Amino acid sequence: MSNDFARVAEASSRELGARIRLLRVLHIDLWLVVPLLMLSVGGLFVLYSASGQSDVMLNAQMRNIVVAMVVLLITAQFRVETLRGVSPYIFALATLLLVAVAFFGVGAKGAQRWLSLGFIRFQPSEVMKVAMPLALAWWLSKKALPPDLRSLAVAFALVAVPSGLILQQPDLGTSLLVATSGLAAIYMAGIQWRYIFSMMALALVSIWPAWVFVLKDYQKQRVLTLFNPESDRLGAGWNIIQSKTAIGSGGWEGLGWTQGSQAQLDFLPEGHTDFIIAVLAEEFGFRGVLLLFLIYAVILGRGLLITWRAQSSFARMLGGALVATFFFGLVVNLGMVSGLLPVVGVPLPMVSYGGTAMVSMMIAFGMLMAISTERPVTRTMR
Amino acid sequence: MARQLNQMQDWPRETRITHGRVTVLAALMVLVMTGLLYRYFSLQVIQNEEFRAQSDRNRIAVRTVAPTRGVIVDRLGNLLAVNQPSFTLTITPERADDLDNVLTTLSDLLGLTETDIELFKEARKRRRPLSPVPLKYRLTDEELAVIAVNRHVLSGVSVLSELTRHYPEGDLLGHALGYVGRIGIDDVDESEKEAYRGISHIGKVGLEAYYEDVLKGGLGVSRIETNARGVELDVIDRIEPVPGAQLTLHLDIELQRVAVAAMGDMRGAVVALDPRTGGVLSAVSSPRYDPNKFVNGISFSDYAELRDSRDAPLLNRVIQGQYPPASTIKPMLGIAGLNRDLITTDTAIPDPGYYQLPGDPRRYRDWILRVRGTGHAEEMNLRDSIAQSCDVYFYELANRLGIDALAESLDDFGIGSVTGVDLPSEKRGILPSAEWKRRVIGSSWYGGETLIVGIGQGYMLATPMQLAVATMALATRGTALKPRFVAAVDGRSVEPEPLLNVSAETAYWDEVFAGMVDTVSSVRGTAFGMRSGLTYSVAGKTGTAQVVGIAQDATYDEEALSEYQRNHGWFIAFAPVENPEIVLAVLTENSGGGSSAYPVARAMLDYWMSRDE
Repeated sequence: MSNDFARVAEASSRELGARIRLLRVLHIDLWLVVPLLMLSVGGLFVLYSASGQSDVMLNAQMRNIVVAMVVLLITAQFRVETLRGVSPYIFALATLLLVAVAFFGVGAKGAQRWLSLGFIRFQPSEVMKVAMPLALAWWLSKKALPPDLRSLAVAFALVAVPSGLILQQPDLGTSLLVATSGLAAIYMAGIQWRYIFSMMALALVSIWPAWVFVLKDYQKQRVLTLFNPESDRLGAGWNIIQSKTAIGSGGWEGLGWTQGSQAQLDFLPEGHTDFIIAVLAEEFGFRGVLLLFLIYAVILGRGLLITWRAQSSFARMLGGALVATFFFGLVVNLGMVSGLLPVVGVPLPMVSYGGTAMVSMMIAFGMLMAISTERPVTRTMR
Repeated sequence: MARQLNQMQDWPRETRITHGRVTVLAALMVLVMTGLLYRYFSLQVIQNEEFRAQSDRNRIAVRTVAPTRGVIVDRLGNLLAVNQPSFTLTITPERADDLDNVLTTLSDLLGLTETDIELFKEARKRRRPLSPVPLKYRLTDEELAVIAVNRHVLSGVSVLSELTRHYPEGDLLGHALGYVGRIGIDDVDESEKEAYRGISHIGKVGLEAYYEDVLKGGLGVSRIETNARGVELDVIDRIEPVPGAQLTLHLDIELQRVAVAAMGDMRGAVVALDPRTGGVLSAVSSPRYDPNKFVNGISFSDYAELRDSRDAPLLNRVIQGQYPPASTIKPMLGIAGLNRDLITTDTAIPDPGYYQLPGDPRRYRDWILRVRGTGHAEEMNLRDSIAQSCDVYFYELANRLGIDALAESLDDFGIGSVTGVDLPSEKRGILPSAEWKRRVIGSSWYGGETLIVGIGQGYMLATPMQLAVATMALATRGTALKPRFVAAVDGRSVEPEPLLNVSAETAYWDEVFAGMVDTVSSVRGTAFGMRSGLTYSVAGKTGTAQVVGIAQDATYDEEALSEYQRNHGWFIAFAPVENPEIVLAVLTENSGGGSSAYPVARAMLDYWMSRDE
């Protein structure tokens, strides 16, 4: 199989200059890298304002961006076949780490999410964010598509076990993202629509048992306050009320950089992390939000295009899963901050403060770039 | 190889499948992103004004600025009630990351008690959202330092500086001043709520309560930009509060000190009035209490101790203690008898030591019988009867007056009516009459009861303030002014108001005064013991009020009675006789008799008559 495709430095575009050729050599896709840089660098401005003009946080985030970009470049150099080959091992490792977290994990505020190796602390759930789409794409590509029932059963088990482990940490946000990445791969594999619709029906039916047996009190509270934030103005409703107020008071033009009273006077909670879009909306107005949406649209569109053009089913399943997961995290964040969805801890991709999520996201985009630069050697193979 | 071939053959189909999925995914993305974008457009552009207003409400706090309460000073400007800066530890629960943790930390740092925490939780239920709840009052410098150092772990904690009421003289005149306390649920009417926004204390009793409206002042308002933790960043605008008015009292703190010292451990009351103004120069109710304890909430055990004490320290005996006036009413009855021509200054009545109504075997005993075994003298006139407090003379006089005229003439001296002094909750005492007995007791009046009322016993009750006012009516020869604590409000004098008007011939007053002077200066006078060394003229009258009735043939045995059944002692006086400057009423509870009361009066008169002014 390894001789079916070859990664090439595209030589056909002779009209392009040497610089473009260098990008090809490095497997850099400008349609992804430029918007991602715009998000992360533009996000620095918002972050600076949201953190109360904190140089410390700004420096830390710049370091995060540099590290993430390096990771992006490194990941992009892998051959898709290599990625496929290591998929089961990464998945097994990530699952083991999650089990280890359940037993030896450390954490704060009642959640046990971290694994400490003495010199470094990290969240195995972030590893799983990468491992899950790889593993599912690997598993489903072993047989012809669409997958048969047996493959599907295994696939769902592969999704359920790590998601469940992350859910019980508890970390609903990451659990949802991980589950989504797996399910998206299954979706890409061509699972029959009737299965999809039956599962949706099943999900609707299981809302009640989930409410009673699965969701924790604080999670239920978040859902309830979504429907009526005023019922608990100073408690769980506070975040929603304050973020909607921040967004709404921005207007078309915004109040100006570092001039948003909701953000600057600390009415907005978590303004530098999950709720950073509210700061952007308040200070840069709907214009800023519109620009942000456009950048995300470019990334999503490019991601889908790469997926479309991908040369193998594995690559298309992986690419589709990665783009869908990115999209899902984005929607959950934009929805929760604007009061449409319950508050779950999902950051705004590439903009919210934090290194780990950014790194795992860049691994995803690195894999997308790896896919994008892979071309068939000849069309005659068909 | 077969599997690979198989896959190769499936390649177009798989591509078709995955391309289909990408198409659907793209459509979903367009749909959802458009929806989300509309959500932001709706919030930001359509509902912009609404949220802008909400944001301003978050940002701008309208704070009422409490006025400073008016201070209270005595006649010479000595401070009696002042406002002291004090620091209060508060927590705004919404702004504390972990309230229980913060409370635990504070408990460790400051040694808070369970009670402090309980009171905090109580107060928390009553306050408005997002407002600070007091946890500990009157922080010391050490406590302030400890809080400052640990600020970073104390989220939601702030130290408020406020002015707290303080009474520098402590328990010296607690009853008269009263105290302010935290505003309770029932303290302020709905209509007044607005006027008390931001004011934490209200006058609860005493002058603080009576003059609440004057002392309170007017609220100021300021609009302040605050952050979410309530930290004030900038004052946008401000209307200054109007400070409360200063009260200047007639009271003389040194005279008060003399009176308190003279009362010692005795229970009772002292009132000194200036007959020229009606001003209250001194007012002591003993036992006393320290009003400072009440300002920021008295502890339950301290309050229970005060409330449940048999000695009733919270009772202001000056206006709320009601006692039989006993023989102190004899000078007033003398005036009544002379005015009605029932007696003359020469009328002499035989005193065998007891009195009998015609056709009634019951003997109404004179107090002297118990002491000497006989009456005061063969014949007693009015002057001597006042000086020696002859009961038989006044039994006869009461009998001649009859209960209705007797009640009417004591009413002229203000007995049975509130004096209208500027303190809340004054008691009126009881002035019995035939009509009163029918109405209240429901039975008809007996002639013998008139005799008992004639010596100030029986149903009759009076407060020390009433007797002081009656004494003022004597001292001024009939024109008593309304008693007043406050001489001036913010420097504007309060005009004296007439209260009583008793008219009698000069000779009558002279005769009664002569009897009252003899009380102090004649060998047989009942207050003769106070005479030595007097440098000014004093008119006085003793009284011994029975607490328990003594049966017809029993004798009053002081030793056999419990402390609380022993007689009360009275002494009323004014000086100098010809141009009175001070009027006194002293009551000593369960002290045995008037002889325990007049030393108090003597100490006060000595101070007052010798002071330089």
